[in-house]
Amino acid sequence: MPVLVRIPTPLRSLTAGHAEIRAKGETVSELVEDLERQFPGLRERLLDDQGAIRRFINFYINEEDIRFLQGAQTVLKDGDQVSIVPAIAGGS
Amino acid sequence: MDKLKGLKCRECGRGYPASPVHVCEFCFGPLEVDYRYEALKGRVTRESIAAGPPSMWRYKDLLPVEGEVAVGHSVGFTPLIRARNLASVLGVAEIYIKNDSVCHPTWSFKDRVVSVAVTKAREFGFDTVACASTGNLANSVAAHAAEAGLASFIFVPADLEASKILGTLVYNPTLVAVQGTYDEVNRLCSEIADKYRWAFVNVNFRPYYAEGSKSYGFEIVEQLGWRTPGHIVVPCAGGSLITKIWKAIVEMAALGLIEGPIRTKMHAAQAAGCGPIVTMIKDDTDVLRPVRPSTIAKSLAIGNPADGYYAYRVAKDSGGFGAHATDEEIIEGMLLLARTEGIFTETAGGVTVAATRKLVEAGIIPRHESVVICITGNGLKTPDALADRLAPQLTIRPSLSLFDEALARLPFHAAQEER
Repeated sequence: MPVLVRIPTPLRSLTAGHAEIRAKGETVSELVEDLERQFPGLRERLLDDQGAIRRFINFYINEEDIRFLQGAQTVLKDGDQVSIVPAIAGGS
Repeated sequence: MDKLKGLKCRECGRGYPASPVHVCEFCFGPLEVDYRYEALKGRVTRESIAAGPPSMWRYKDLLPVEGEVAVGHSVGFTPLIRARNLASVLGVAEIYIKNDSVCHPTWSFKDRVVSVAVTKAREFGFDTVACASTGNLANSVAAHAAEAGLASFIFVPADLEASKILGTLVYNPTLVAVQGTYDEVNRLCSEIADKYRWAFVNVNFRPYYAEGSKSYGFEIVEQLGWRTPGHIVVPCAGGSLITKIWKAIVEMAALGLIEGPIRTKMHAAQAAGCGPIVTMIKDDTDVLRPVRPSTIAKSLAIGNPADGYYAYRVAKDSGGFGAHATDEEIIEGMLLLARTEGIFTETAGGVTVAATRKLVEAGIIPRHESVVICITGNGLKTPDALADRLAPQLTIRPSLSLFDEALARLPFHAAQEER
């Protein structure tokens, strides 16, 4: 499914400076693979050695944290907006 | 003085120059201020600290401010109170209250972090400061921005307590009420911080901001007579405070200000309706499961705490534990502290008192050891929590005979003797 992905600043060196890119995948996992195909090196930055999403990265689909959905197996649909956001922020 | 090396990733160790960035470009781990401790050792002494001002700035050498302090000169050095009445009720030998409900100028420990962050914002040449907040931080950022003459943007959940909204607006920031939870506000702010060149105190300025909390820990140790307590019970929202109090103690030992080994156990206090850090501790897992908050302790209502992992580690590594408090227990905790020690704390303080009680009753805090309870905010900011519980006992017209009659009807009137 084609979706819009928002790329945070630290990863834009790998996306030729693009803050938003179009990518596709049935699930978040497949989306990461498509991102890697388009911009080699992204996968290593998003996933740890075990292939899990890194501890300090959060994925949101249409504003919802994927940990409240099915994590990396969350199914994407046409036109979804995916945000990749560093987890470290905040403090009341 | 050249005390700062720069910033360093807590996860992979990559170094960065001191600048307004907060995450490692490679692994997204949090960046932390890196000091030249070798230059500080021997120069920072008990005497040099005691000769400093009666504020958090007596520890300036251990904070990431290199030039002059820009704002908040009188923040901190709040009372550490021996709480004999509370200790008697809880059946514990030695309890102390570190009372930041009276922190100058906005009555919470957030003044400590904000005075550092706003000073750094000035150092780095920013003209606008901002934050995502559950209230206390909003008050403090707006106040210190006013003092600094900087513009401010404050983002809060729209359902915040009225007192915290008013206590922010009075300083004339731009207040953005976001229809969502704090976690949603925070995520939005991460994206805004990526787009606008503002000093978000708890996003891009987080490495500096968070260091301000160390002063709370330094003060506990100094005010105890340069010794560490057996236990410290800390309210957890984002999880930063507990990690920074621990860091303060570790730094004091490393600099020879106290003698090691450190035996203090750090305990996390959270609401039952938003307790992901305490859940990690109880389940003994380092994987944080975010929650959707449902608690009257709105200042602690962070379901996806940034420092959750590190807060868990501090509790585990120090031999501490954690406790959840229900809404009813939170109210009882607020009333208990008020009625034993005369200290009116906000709901977060009720959480901490309630958690302490549970840890004592469970035998996790032994009754003969010393405990410091961290009270970090003021009860006048969350009066709604108590509004339906408290009312005047007598309402009368100004007449002595009416008073006599009313007094006689009070349940405890038998004890009231005429003079």
